[in-house]
Amino acid sequence: MYPDRSFQTDARAVPTRLEAGAASGASMSTTLAPAEVEVEQPVGADEVEHDRPWIVIVWNDPINLMSYVTLVFQKLFGYSRAKATQLMLQVHNEGRAVVSSGTREKAEYDVARLHAHGLWATMRQD
Amino acid sequence: MERAADGGIELRLSGEERRLLAGLAAELRSLLEGETGDPSLRRLFPPAYEDEQDEDGYRALMGAELLDGRREALELLARTAEQERLSAEEADAWLRALNDLRLVLGTRLDVQEDTLLDEVRPDDERAAGFAVYGYLSWLQEQLVAALAPADP
Repeated sequence: MYPDRSFQTDARAVPTRLEAGAASGASMSTTLAPAEVEVEQPVGADEVEHDRPWIVIVWNDPINLMSYVTLVFQKLFGYSRAKATQLMLQVHNEGRAVVSSGTREKAEYDVARLHAHGLWATMRQD
Repeated sequence: MERAADGGIELRLSGEERRLLAGLAAELRSLLEGETGDPSLRRLFPPAYEDEQDEDGYRALMGAELLDGRREALELLARTAEQERLSAEEADAWLRALNDLRLVLGTRLDVQEDTLLDEVRPDDERAAGFAVYGYLSWLQEQLVAALAPADP
């Protein structure tokens, strides 16, 4: 994989977001456990809201080169050329593709890296 | 443009191309100095969220660093335009700076999916802009090809 040394916000932005991610990740697993065992007890709406992963969507645009978009997917996410090309073609042909998912913090980090590379990326809870 | 053994890039460009690149980079760099509400800059700052409040939070957290990253890459392109070779880091900054130039110029020219550069007539007032846009696209393709990682 081509080393990503470029994204200037990595070193500075990540720690705070990762701490937030780790904290919410921990509370998620503790709140999830009883809900899985006690099936009859209704799960609070807040917890359900919290559990659903966030997805990162890249939208088609007429300016970014197909080869460039493929390279960015390889570089940022470590995807093989085949996987990156497939996602790029999905963006191109279907208008959008989900390129990553996870906690809100991870999705926000991925969106920011895509924005730094000029891609049209958004995020939403799945 | 060709990949060097150490991961850098050999630059074989004419003096005219180098001056054009340095000039464009400096121009966009100074545009990003002022009010970023210019409509041709909108593609550089797409929203992350639909929700307005979430988006405000994202801007507060990431906005300044994203803007700084763009300025630094453009500054580097202007500064290194005369070099015979680029380090891997410099080549990566070129990649992002060239793309930002294409995004802004493409937005100004209202480039669409079906825009064919070959069909722009010489008397079209946008002909010069399209020529530069076409050149930047060609250069970006060269750089992407030189930087593309081989599959393991």
